[in-house]
Amino acid sequence: MPVQEIQFTKELIAYIDEWKSKPGSLIMMLHRIQEEFSYIPREAAERLARIVGMPLAKIYGVITFYHYFKTTKPGKNRLAICLGTACYLRGGQDLIDESESILNVKGEEVTDDGQFSIDAVRCLGCCGLAPVLMIGNDVYGKVTKDQLPEIIAKYRKA
Amino acid sequence: MAYKNYILVCGGTGCESSRGDEIFRTLIKEAELQGVKNDVQVVKTGCFGFCEKGPIVKVLPQESFYVEVKPEDAKEIIAEQVIKGREVKRLLYKKDQASSDKVKIEDIDFYQKQFRVVLRNCGVINPENIDEYIAREGYTGLERALFKFSPDEVVEELKKSGLRGRGGAGFPTWLKWDLTRKAPGDVKYVVCNADEGDPGAYMNRSTIEGDPHSIVESMIICGRTIGAHEGYIYIRAEYPLAIERLKIAIRQAREYGLLGKDILGSGYDFDLDIRLGAGAFVCGEETALLQSLEGKRGMPVPKPPFPAIKGLWQKPTVINNVETFANISVIMAKGAEWFAKIGTEKSKGTKTFALTGKINNSGLVEVPMGTTLREIVFDIGGGIRNGKKFKGVQTGGPSGGIITEESLDQPITYESLTALGSMMGSGGMIIMDEDDCVVDIAKFYMAFCVDESCGKCAPCRIGTKQMHDILEKISNGNGVEEDLAKLEKIGKAMTKASLCMLGGSAANPTLSTIKHFREDYMEHIRDHKCRAGKCKSLVVYEIDAAKCIGCGICARRCPVPCITGEKKQPHVIDRARCIKCGECFTACKFGAVVKK
Ligand SMILES: Cc1cc2nc3c(=O)[nH]c(=O)nc-3n(C[C@H](O)[C@H](O)[C@H](O)COP(=O)(O)O)c2cc1C
Ligand code: SF4
Ligand code: SF4
Ligand code: FES
Ligand code: FES
Repeated sequence: MPVQEIQFTKELIAYIDEWKSKPGSLIMMLHRIQEEFSYIPREAAERLARIVGMPLAKIYGVITFYHYFKTTKPGKNRLAICLGTACYLRGGQDLIDESESILNVKGEEVTDDGQFSIDAVRCLGCCGLAPVLMIGNDVYGKVTKDQLPEIIAKYRKA
Repeated sequence: MAYKNYILVCGGTGCESSRGDEIFRTLIKEAELQGVKNDVQVVKTGCFGFCEKGPIVKVLPQESFYVEVKPEDAKEIIAEQVIKGREVKRLLYKKDQASSDKVKIEDIDFYQKQFRVVLRNCGVINPENIDEYIAREGYTGLERALFKFSPDEVVEELKKSGLRGRGGAGFPTWLKWDLTRKAPGDVKYVVCNADEGDPGAYMNRSTIEGDPHSIVESMIICGRTIGAHEGYIYIRAEYPLAIERLKIAIRQAREYGLLGKDILGSGYDFDLDIRLGAGAFVCGEETALLQSLEGKRGMPVPKPPFPAIKGLWQKPTVINNVETFANISVIMAKGAEWFAKIGTEKSKGTKTFALTGKINNSGLVEVPMGTTLREIVFDIGGGIRNGKKFKGVQTGGPSGGIITEESLDQPITYESLTALGSMMGSGGMIIMDEDDCVVDIAKFYMAFCVDESCGKCAPCRIGTKQMHDILEKISNGNGVEEDLAKLEKIGKAMTKASLCMLGGSAANPTLSTIKHFREDYMEHIRDHKCRAGKCKSLVVYEIDAAKCIGCGICARRCPVPCITGEKKQPHVIDRARCIKCGECFTACKFGAVVKK
């Protein structure tokens, strides 16, 4: 039975070709795949296993070990809310609770329309602005619960 | 060509994220629009350290130090300062609201007690331009290591400098290099640990962002000394700007013949590659990091053998922290004697800290070893926010402990911090005030360790979970006094029996808070009370009838709603129905809603 292969862009294939012969490069290739798909789809892991000739179980062993790699598709807009120590002390958890209630999701869930998901992250490196929320490349500092509806609304597509 | 003015715009992560890049671009655009493109050079630098007041812009030669700059200010800076030669007074840093006097940079409290060795180029040079690094003695250390010193002499120089590892443990750097150099084998490696996993620490990140060449140069020196020809920088994927700047630095170093074959005609070959971490705190531990570099699950392996003997792919490997490396190039350039004059007897040089939490001036600081915590918190940091009372400072992140008021006058050294039940760690320094609850903080760090334990050994995997459950129980008001003894017992067992120091030090925040704030724990247990109001299940909201003017704001904001009262009459909260969301507390302008 022919398998429908997942589409890899030319650039991604070139990247894998370049890296696959280097020792210890599995993590770098997984990073590149996640960059492409925003997560690591099962079919992509399977295809990678075939290309580099590595057991799928080994690849999954690595994917699941590292927090950075996601195996489910996140929302189009990821609310990265910092839970580093400085942000935690200045109310980061409240921001997560409030965002979950606004978006009606829990943990890593994605909103029904696929628009949003929440990601608790650790120290974004601007603790002076704690608590910090990042959406895409936009950083919001000294965020209060009251500002959340307005910030989220900016990213909600009509 | 000399320019009339140089404008340095902070390109550190803190300032970048509050529109720093837009300021940079607007300044360039305005210079063009106003026809003074050739009079001014706009440069993006690394972090100035004073992130609290960012975005920071500095204009030379007047040394104008502008704080909290907005892109809209760019027009005025060009029109006034570049064209008319007048400073923009309203943007200058001032001691307080009332004063209008310009404060010289070296007189700003935040900078006065600082001494920059590691961060010597941050906020001074454009990190994306190798020429600016070279102009400040960059790569002279390498030159000396290649042509003036034998590898033996480099090791000797490091020994004289007294440099110890900045990644936490404080191992003498010369010894590590010497062991690796003497280890048998033709193939050896140099690895830079830029995993910086302590949540709430970003010194390594800022160092790389502000001065990437200092790392590149030092790694070449290391390679030459130990006889390695390849090096890896293992850096967190969450640091895109630092990664980008490293890539640029490596590319430029290659173009200049500083990396690659036959470096500067010395016959020595060395090259560098970047490898990304993937969000696992344990990968900061050196043996786990090496596993991860090999593309595997990042689990620690027992030591010995140490990486110096069997490291990456079983070959002798030097693994040093970013800050350790950043010190090497300058030691080689200025000499060991210069370096050994800084600091204390056993802890030489400086240390960078990321000062955060309830502090007025949060930011990146660098002080000579031996500076006291009090100087950092109160002189440099400007004291506690909103006039609150200091409670404690946590160093060493999830592996460290809390240091209290009575120890603030201790000079900071590797030994003194360990003696205080904390540790140097990589340099996160979190300030807590009276509104912070130690049980809550201990729980926070323990939850972190539960998440991050790699699961390889039982004491850590099970111990962190058990301790976390007990802390949770206490924070919910269901603790009993014996729980404290239990925490101490499990903590001690974990400290002894864990394979790596993640488990080996995970109990520190809990044990040190119990030691210093036993009464706070007892209040939770005995009185079911959280004085700081952080442990949600224990908080009770009440309205102080004497202060309540009956405006009704709280009642309108309450989502339940469970607040009642006539207009202009004191309101009351129905405790049984209150879900403790805290809305009323935030809403009341008269301080009538109180946490009990
Ligand atoms: C759980 C754990 C996390 C660590 N994280 C880091 C880190 O983020 N950065 C670092 O340089 N060292 C870290 N270390 C220390 C390293 O194992 C190692 O001692 C250090 O990189 C050696 O470099 P140095 O001699 O230059 O300090 C960590 C250790 C442990 C046990
Ligand atoms: S102490 Fe914890 S992190 Fe370290 S090896 Fe054991 S389980 Fe893994
Ligand atoms: S804490 Fe929340 S639920 Fe309780 S009274 Fe205040 S607003 Fe209402
Ligand atoms: S702790 Fe949130 S940015 Fe550092
Ligand atoms: S990021 Fe600009 S001063 Fe630190």
